[in-house]
Amino acid sequence: MSFYVNKEGYFGNYGGAYIPEFLYPNIEELRTSYREIVDSDDFKSEFKKLLRDYVGRPTPLYFAPSLSKACGGKIYLKREDLCHTGSHKLNNALGQALLAKRLGKKRIIAETGAGQHGVATATACALLGIECVVYMGQVDTERQAPNVARMKYLGAEVVPVTSGSKTLKDATNEAMRDWIAHPITTHYIIGSVVGPHPFPDMVARFQSVISEEMRAQLKSETGNECPDIVVACVGGGSNAIGAFYNYLEEESVRLVAVEAAGEGVDTDRSAATLALGKDGVLHGCRTVLVQTEDGQVVEVHSASAGLDYPGIGPQHAHLHQSKRAEYVSATDEEAFIAARELSRLEGIIPALESAHAVAYLKKLSLSENDTVVVNLSGRGDKDMESYFSFEESRREK
Amino acid sequence: MKNRLTELFKKEPSKKVLSIFCTAGFPELNSIVPICESLEENGVDLIEIGMPFSDPVADGPVIQEASDVALKNGMTLEVLFRQLESLRERVSVPILLMGYINPVLQYGLERFVTSATSVGVDGVILPDLPLPEYRQQCKDLFANNNLSAVFLVTPHTPEDRIRELDSESSGFLYVVSTPSTTGSKLEVVAEQQEYFSRLRAMELKNPLLVGFGISDKESYERVCEHMDGAIIGSAFIRCIRESNDLSGDIQAFIKSIRS
Repeated sequence: MSFYVNKEGYFGNYGGAYIPEFLYPNIEELRTSYREIVDSDDFKSEFKKLLRDYVGRPTPLYFAPSLSKACGGKIYLKREDLCHTGSHKLNNALGQALLAKRLGKKRIIAETGAGQHGVATATACALLGIECVVYMGQVDTERQAPNVARMKYLGAEVVPVTSGSKTLKDATNEAMRDWIAHPITTHYIIGSVVGPHPFPDMVARFQSVISEEMRAQLKSETGNECPDIVVACVGGGSNAIGAFYNYLEEESVRLVAVEAAGEGVDTDRSAATLALGKDGVLHGCRTVLVQTEDGQVVEVHSASAGLDYPGIGPQHAHLHQSKRAEYVSATDEEAFIAARELSRLEGIIPALESAHAVAYLKKLSLSENDTVVVNLSGRGDKDMESYFSFEESRREK
Repeated sequence: MKNRLTELFKKEPSKKVLSIFCTAGFPELNSIVPICESLEENGVDLIEIGMPFSDPVADGPVIQEASDVALKNGMTLEVLFRQLESLRERVSVPILLMGYINPVLQYGLERFVTSATSVGVDGVILPDLPLPEYRQQCKDLFANNNLSAVFLVTPHTPEDRIRELDSESSGFLYVVSTPSTTGSKLEVVAEQQEYFSRLRAMELKNPLLVGFGISDKESYERVCEHMDGAIIGSAFIRCIRESNDLSGDIQAFIKSIRS
């Protein structure tokens, strides 16, 4: 079985390019040229150099002794939080911005939830001297205000989106509308492994550097390129795909993706797409969605803005259906507790998104000899307000 | 049973067609059949009924808002097909359903086609359904049920693809006027003329109806000079949005376009 995209743009039953005709020329241009460009020596050397000198790659693979003691097993953290801008998102934003430049685009647009992808895109655009517009749900601009300030300071225009649920899904709708209105001049940097083909494959390739480095680092650390388990949080799923990518064909490696259960998968305030969703089409691809019986997309809930998305990347939908990866979930509360624990045990404040992956470690019932890599996709500076209000609410109880 | 849509263009090939788009379930849950009746009484040739969707990326803010209202009113495909059961006792112009693929997939593709044909729908426009998937899953099913499929072309669609979309369409080809919002009005008009003449010169098999950006008599007449007719959506939604007298306001609106 293949875990990668086929020539029709599908991963098993999922993927494709369900786009209105307006976007056909843009998508067709990307589809026919992205491989040629990103596989060219010229692109590869420029991208590699920037990943090293600008993003700060390779990011460390850190053995976490106290966390290991608390959870069992030998736990390593892949420190994507140490990337420039504070998360793995820059790997993709920079790759796509370089691609856009080669396609002659003058303007870049992006959607953002937590603001990490928006900041990464604004950063890449500042670096390359390209105009940047970021769409962000109004609810998210309020709960992630520091990232809004960073984007603006980097010279990007931030457009608050007031339609629908005013979160990531609606920001994506608005970004698509902008792209429809500016098809020739503009490139749309989708921040996750979602959207019409070739985005899910393209973003996965740019993020695959995460597991490429993991293999080399584990080899020198333990003598074995393969851990027993890789754990990552999943919303759209870009950091998880990055962490899984180079292990997909290693059957011995368990791949565990942790969705945001919000207040619990049995409540109506959850964002665990694979636990709650059905097959459908959203934002240009066939995947699994949280939706009503009538096929209307439902507003989902997670305390973390980056996981608050009613769909999931089509490659994940395929890895789920083919049972190559396990999709589990952690609640808001479990993530908050894990974030504090990691901060106190290791002196690392994780992003609330990444804390979902950390939270699941205790449920893995690890034995002493299990080697586990957790992809720590981002740092927690942006979440300090949420962390403090959670602590306060616990004290009140 | 003849398809009313293909018949419409056969009957009077030189007639300029006025098509109106209206979201089902807007402004009230049960508005759509009376609105269709009113449109027909006022001489509208063709009606597109919008199936509301939560994430209508190919539509502007006016239609998105109408869609949201319709969903809040309780509109679903089940409800819509129940409302349309009496349609053909009351309305005889061709009717198309227009919307996004996801609700149709959840309803069930075959079941959707059966329901649509049984209430007398003549064609379907699904802008986010890609051609390969259409050919694989819908083409035969639609043809066997005498249901037209209408595809869209835009100013950026390459010529070979326009021909491909034309050959898959039946009834008419939906010509999207420039999606770009930049440039002065005059530039837009000049660009449009060039685009329309280019399409005309291609001698396509389908009549060409222009949609997006048609809002008044002036824009309607301008596209009718070159094409076979026009589709009005957002401007009509705006007209009925705050209406206290649907039939009176619809009459005035259609008159303002076509007097």
